Amino acid sequence: MRRVLSLALLIVAMGSGPVAADVIGDAERGATLYKRQCSACHQIGPDAVNRVGPRLNGIFGRRAGALEDFKYSKPMARMGADGLTWTLDTLHAYVENPKALVSGTRMNYRGMADAEARGALLAYLREWSDKPQNIPEAEPTALKTNPDLSPAILALKGDADYGEYLAAECSTCHRADGSDQGIPAINGWPEEDFVVAMHAYKQKLRPHPVMQMMAGRLSNDEIAALAAWFATLD
Amino acid sequence: MTMNRRLFLGTMAAGSAILSAPMVLGQAKPRVVVIGGGAGGATAARYLAKDSQGALDVTLIEANPIYTTCFFSNLYIGGFYNFEDLQHGYDKIAAGGVTVINDLATGVDRAAKTVTLAGGQTVPYDRLVLSPGIDFREGSVAGWSVADAEVMPHAYKAGPQTQLLKAQIEAMPQGGTFAMIAPPNPYRCPPGPYERISMVAWYLKQNNPTAKILIADPKENFSKKALFEEGWGRHYSGMVEWVGPDMGGNEIEVRPGSMEVLIDGEVTKVDVCNVIPGQVAGQIAALAGVTADSGWAPVDPANMRSKMDENIWVLGDSSAQGDMPKSGFSANSQAKIAAMAIRGDLLGSRVFPAKYSNTCWSLIAADDGVKVGAAYEPTPEKIASVESFISQTGEDAALRKATYEESLGWYAGITADMFG
Repeated sequence: MRRVLSLALLIVAMGSGPVAADVIGDAERGATLYKRQCSACHQIGPDAVNRVGPRLNGIFGRRAGALEDFKYSKPMARMGADGLTWTLDTLHAYVENPKALVSGTRMNYRGMADAEARGALLAYLREWSDKPQNIPEAEPTALKTNPDLSPAILALKGDADYGEYLAAECSTCHRADGSDQGIPAINGWPEEDFVVAMHAYKQKLRPHPVMQMMAGRLSNDEIAALAAWFATLD
Repeated sequence: MTMNRRLFLGTMAAGSAILSAPMVLGQAKPRVVVIGGGAGGATAARYLAKDSQGALDVTLIEANPIYTTCFFSNLYIGGFYNFEDLQHGYDKIAAGGVTVINDLATGVDRAAKTVTLAGGQTVPYDRLVLSPGIDFREGSVAGWSVADAEVMPHAYKAGPQTQLLKAQIEAMPQGGTFAMIAPPNPYRCPPGPYERISMVAWYLKQNNPTAKILIADPKENFSKKALFEEGWGRHYSGMVEWVGPDMGGNEIEVRPGSMEVLIDGEVTKVDVCNVIPGQVAGQIAALAGVTADSGWAPVDPANMRSKMDENIWVLGDSSAQGDMPKSGFSANSQAKIAAMAIRGDLLGSRVFPAKYSNTCWSLIAADDGVKVGAAYEPTPEKIASVESFISQTGEDAALRKATYEESLGWYAGITADMFG
């Protein structure tokens, strides 16, 4: 079920369908959600400091992994270097399923599936960001799921033989021995995470230009085929 | 869409199986011979053996027992890589079931389907893969021939030439001049000459900061020009002078005896002169008769099969295929398509639509990496670019450092993909 929601979100977030104006969400409800689900590790507000996670003041518009006084995971630092910036779209995707956006993030959080709850949480976080004027007011209502699309994608059964052929293109850069010097390792990636991540590149939610290009020309079938193949590797 | 594609693929695979049946029955194992153990040939040999699981008899012919990659050899000149880091053996390819012959291929008899070697051996094939890289076009730079490379090195086939060029740069007098004669299109590694300039400048800035760099270039434009020019201005201000065709960069003569470069008749005395001449396909492609008047070997965009001989495939720098640059990444990408097509041809295995790709990273200074790349697909006429990207001027230091680190990861990745 989580995968259905993730895919639907990613697809719709990039879509160009009609968008009704609305606020991001109920900031008051967001404060409650924040206290319950985030505050054990993160601080926000005038006296916030880094704890297990980085302080969240000014998170909107900030480059991922950008606080100099916080030690980020290698994958988070890499995504930041690649250009991932925290916007309403990317925060929605990250809070929904952290590993879909940043594979290997240290944030030990299962994700928040309910789009309205996320909107509320992000509305609360925004109150502590420096540049709230940069945040579009109309977007959150675009986060409705599209029931026609996601079951079709999910019904795809990957052709592992085709995936093996397509994967030969990956191995020019991603090493089969699992080394992650400069370029992450992708063997043994769970099929579901793989599919979500590739769609995030395809829709340019993840920032890396090579991966955006590679994923951009893969059909839904081909992404399923690759996921099926990589799932067979150790 | 899904059903259509699968039906189409299934039909193709079945067709191949019927065509190849007599060969499979007629002899124990079809023989595939690969000439050239670089990014195209090593990858093709390794993938043919790996994916056919013993059903093909694969032989790799390469003159050098230890291969030195041309890609990243500029980083050795700049001091970022050791020479040994560029060198790779064929032991893992051999362990993967490929017969490796370290000898020079001197001829191809297409009627008899045999390759002759300098050592006198004759090697028969059912399918032949040619991936011999480049050779130099004699007479492309007035006053220079390959025999002069000991004085004015090309360093465009990595190995002793690269070491010679680096030694010459290190021996330059303080305030001396390094000259490069840049090549005309098309040539191996489009950003290569300019990455080399960057690496020479990096070395000189640390060790010989009053030295000058002069580039004579017959081309109006070159790969990543805006990025290189920005980088040279930022890191090596006042050191690099680029002379394009409108200033005589296309009217060049060199005099190896007196270490002089003439640009449109004007004589400049230099201390090092790196002549990168005009290029053609590696010689064995011409000897096999699969090259066109252009000097390059035309291929079918769908699978890299020679247009001159259906039993021959041509990969990498030697091929004339369309939009892909002549690069190690391209050759590696093409090799996998070719290996799949050859297996389909000989064994009836499934053949999928070709997808090609390329990315070229260049280092401008320490931790200042840039890249350009594209995705390619076959059309009836050529391999065509379908999407591309390039690093932007003005990128921040963190992104440039990440790009450089990514290039190191790519080097480790592609060499593992080539050599096992």
